[in-house]
Amino acid sequence: MTGLRVDFYPEIVAADVAVIGAGPGGIAAAVSAAERGLRVVVMDRGLEPGGQIWRHKAGAAATPEAQPWITRLAASGARTINGTSVVDVRPDADGFEIIAESASRPLHIWAADIILATGARELFIPFDGWTLPGVMGIGGTQALIKSGASFAGKRVVIAGSGPLMLPVAASLADAGANLLLVAEQARRAAVAQFATGLWRTPSLLLQAAKYRVRFLTSSYTTGTWVTAAHGVDRLESITLTDGRRTWRHDVDVLCTGYGLIPNVEIARLIGCEIREGAIAVDNRQRTNVDHVLAVGEATGIGGAPLSLIEGAIAGSTVGSVEAPSGHLLRRRAALVGAAGRMLDVFAPREELRSLPHADTIVCRCEDVSFGAVQGAACARQAKLYTRVGMGPCQGRTCMPALDFLLAWQADSVRPPVEPALVSVLSSEVAGEATPSFPLTSSVGEAYQ
Amino acid sequence: MSQRPDAVVIGAGIVGASCAEALARAGRRVLILDSSFAGGGTTAAGMGHLVAMDDSPAQLALTAYSGKLWTELVPDLPGNIEYEPCGTLWVAEDEEQLVAVREKQRTYAEFGIEAETLSPTQLAEAEPHLRPGLSGALRVPGDGVIYPPNAALALVQRAIANGAQLREGTRVDAIGPREVLVGRERISCDCVINACGAEAAQLTTGLPIVPRKGHLVITDRYPGFCHHQLVELGYLTSAHTMNAESVAFNVQPRATGQLLIGSSRELVGWDGTVNRAIVRRMLDRALDFMPGLALTSAIRTWTGFRPATPDKLPLIGAWEDTPGLWIAAGHEGLGITTSLGTGQLIADLIVGATPAIDPAPFAPARVHATAGVS
Ligand SMILES: Cc1cc2nc3c(=O)[nH]c(=O)nc-3n(C[C@H](O)[C@H](O)[C@H](O)COP(=O)(O)OP(=O)(O)OC[C@H]3O[C@@H](n4cnc5c(N)ncnc54)[C@H](O)[C@@H]3O)c2cc1C
Repeated sequence: MTGLRVDFYPEIVAADVAVIGAGPGGIAAAVSAAERGLRVVVMDRGLEPGGQIWRHKAGAAATPEAQPWITRLAASGARTINGTSVVDVRPDADGFEIIAESASRPLHIWAADIILATGARELFIPFDGWTLPGVMGIGGTQALIKSGASFAGKRVVIAGSGPLMLPVAASLADAGANLLLVAEQARRAAVAQFATGLWRTPSLLLQAAKYRVRFLTSSYTTGTWVTAAHGVDRLESITLTDGRRTWRHDVDVLCTGYGLIPNVEIARLIGCEIREGAIAVDNRQRTNVDHVLAVGEATGIGGAPLSLIEGAIAGSTVGSVEAPSGHLLRRRAALVGAAGRMLDVFAPREELRSLPHADTIVCRCEDVSFGAVQGAACARQAKLYTRVGMGPCQGRTCMPALDFLLAWQADSVRPPVEPALVSVLSSEVAGEATPSFPLTSSVGEAYQ
Repeated sequence: MSQRPDAVVIGAGIVGASCAEALARAGRRVLILDSSFAGGGTTAAGMGHLVAMDDSPAQLALTAYSGKLWTELVPDLPGNIEYEPCGTLWVAEDEEQLVAVREKQRTYAEFGIEAETLSPTQLAEAEPHLRPGLSGALRVPGDGVIYPPNAALALVQRAIANGAQLREGTRVDAIGPREVLVGRERISCDCVINACGAEAAQLTTGLPIVPRKGHLVITDRYPGFCHHQLVELGYLTSAHTMNAESVAFNVQPRATGQLLIGSSRELVGWDGTVNRAIVRRMLDRALDFMPGLALTSAIRTWTGFRPATPDKLPLIGAWEDTPGLWIAAGHEGLGITTSLGTGQLIADLIVGATPAIDPAPFAPARVHATAGVS
């Protein structure tokens, strides 16, 4: 090769099952499949397995719920590959070739079956001032606390929707925050109905009560939401409303978010059917694409307990014709039902559609205001004319918001599904190299 | 449109938009119809390189004329067309290509296009990210870059300011003598302009236009990574030869600091999916010239269909089979550049003015003359 060109040869790993995502669903799937003797690779963008919910301070011990699973995963024989983002998946004669970027290098995984456990992300609805420093996501706040950030003495309001607000409120109180208010946008009657419904799942009620105890000195209100955040260089105050009156609070931190939305980009790339925003699966977690299964939040928001069961179902049946155990199927059915009721209760209310004004920024990567995209007939037109959703985050934040605000259909998904180094996209092996069996890796050498 | 339009332009891609703009400016009542939205077809996929190209004298005449029109128009267009007068560097890999570079310089000079030959040292100074060992380049400072969908939209808006009307989401089902059919609706007019790009042959049978697929990759922002549109001299061969597939090094600095990496050409019908193998070849070719691209982050890929003709020239002029029908289509990989020249030619021919360049090489009648070749 001429000049200074460095060639990047991909590392190649062959497996029976590739699990994409190492949250509870992915871990349970990997464990169940590996314990059956299958060669399993489980990969995640995070630096340690656990996903969003089981994330813990680097170096610190995992939480009591997570620890047994992490131990089991380590003993299962599944190979975990962290710090890895999947860029492309393409079917070939023997299964799938997954192209990933791992520590800035190409990694190709050849697998007969795929289990998608890609989780969910938070839905943000833009309002004036939401891009000010000091405004953060509810899940993002949880992650910050877990990584050891201090909130001592900070005046905090949590305003948004969904059951995730309770544990975050509890953690913030524990982290020394001066938690002023937890404001749920859903109506009181709906939330009360949800709470009564919890009687049917006493463990959840108990959990909710335990969280509430930890921030008893702050108030919890329903039917209330934030309409604006104010400040010059950073957040100074917020305006709240209950639909009739508005009032202001001086705050240092606002945690906001309107629940979770499934991450379905890789599924859409593969051609899996998406129903109501989630990957459509049958009760054995099979998608409509042969040899592609999906588990956890990506198949519908249902919480970690449901993800674990779905993972076990997928891991115990992948690559075989065996039916899952009746016990797993019954628990799955019960939890799926509860999850559906929860989604109805916490669905964002109509009024939130009028939160952004014409000059409210909706796409922070490309600095696009709501007014610039309002007239567009479809997402594609708005993207082309205004570049909304075209930045490095690939519309992960603004497109779901615009979907809620303007009822846009999602645009097509093409590789790369995540930003990837050109060297990763240009790495070619198919037909040239033989992967290493069993699960040892061959790292090509960069040369000049 | 309450009044009968003088002209119906089918297709609000950059070519149709330019025809509509020129006709409206000439005082014609124009109705623009597009099945999707302005600039949403191939125009949305284009790289937006405004480039003088010399595959044939006619091509050079049209690209040079269009380049001049762009330079005149740009100051009146909105900022979101992102015009960058970055110029082009035609990069020579070896001595043989350097000879071709010098020849190209002479050809351009005959058309009054400024161009200078860069030595290897000058090239390395101009573009430090190019690999060492290249033989030189031709710098064409008058070339530039625009953002095509917004340029098409801006042209449509100028037409509207001159009384034109735009109907989007409106698919034309058939063209008749001095009329178009949209479902049950019959719109009569004096002339119809088929500016449907790669799809033009679906409305006018006999047009030898086929879709020639291209891929592009866009990166995150790396301001200053390169300063000119960089094209390998071999690009012309890639564009000229109707091979089943070819790739060429073609990198563009966007106003945003992003880099657009091209280019590929394939004849695969209307399959718009990303072909991973050709993307790899295309990136590989780019890495041969700019090794440092390896560590830039690619954020998106897309494809588009160039409207290709057998003789590499667009079809611009009357279509004798159907009274009142004019064709403005088949611009292959140069339609962003040549849109303005095309629009002005069409308007001049329709109103009976003398065109600034000879329209004969573009006359659709040549297709009839070579009937059987497609
Ligand atoms: C990858 C790639 C890179 C390129 N790079 C460059 C470049 O750097 N410089 C350059 O000059 N050119 C470039 N080109 C070429 C350029 O993009 C095209 O030549 C140009 O966009 C063609 O424009 P058009 O208006 O003819 O077609 P289009 O933009 O496709 O417009 C045709 C319009 O007609 C509409 N239409 C079709 N059928 C109907 C119907 N029945 N009824 C109503 N409406 C209809 C469509 O919706 C569409 O909007 C590139 C092309 C590609 C694919």
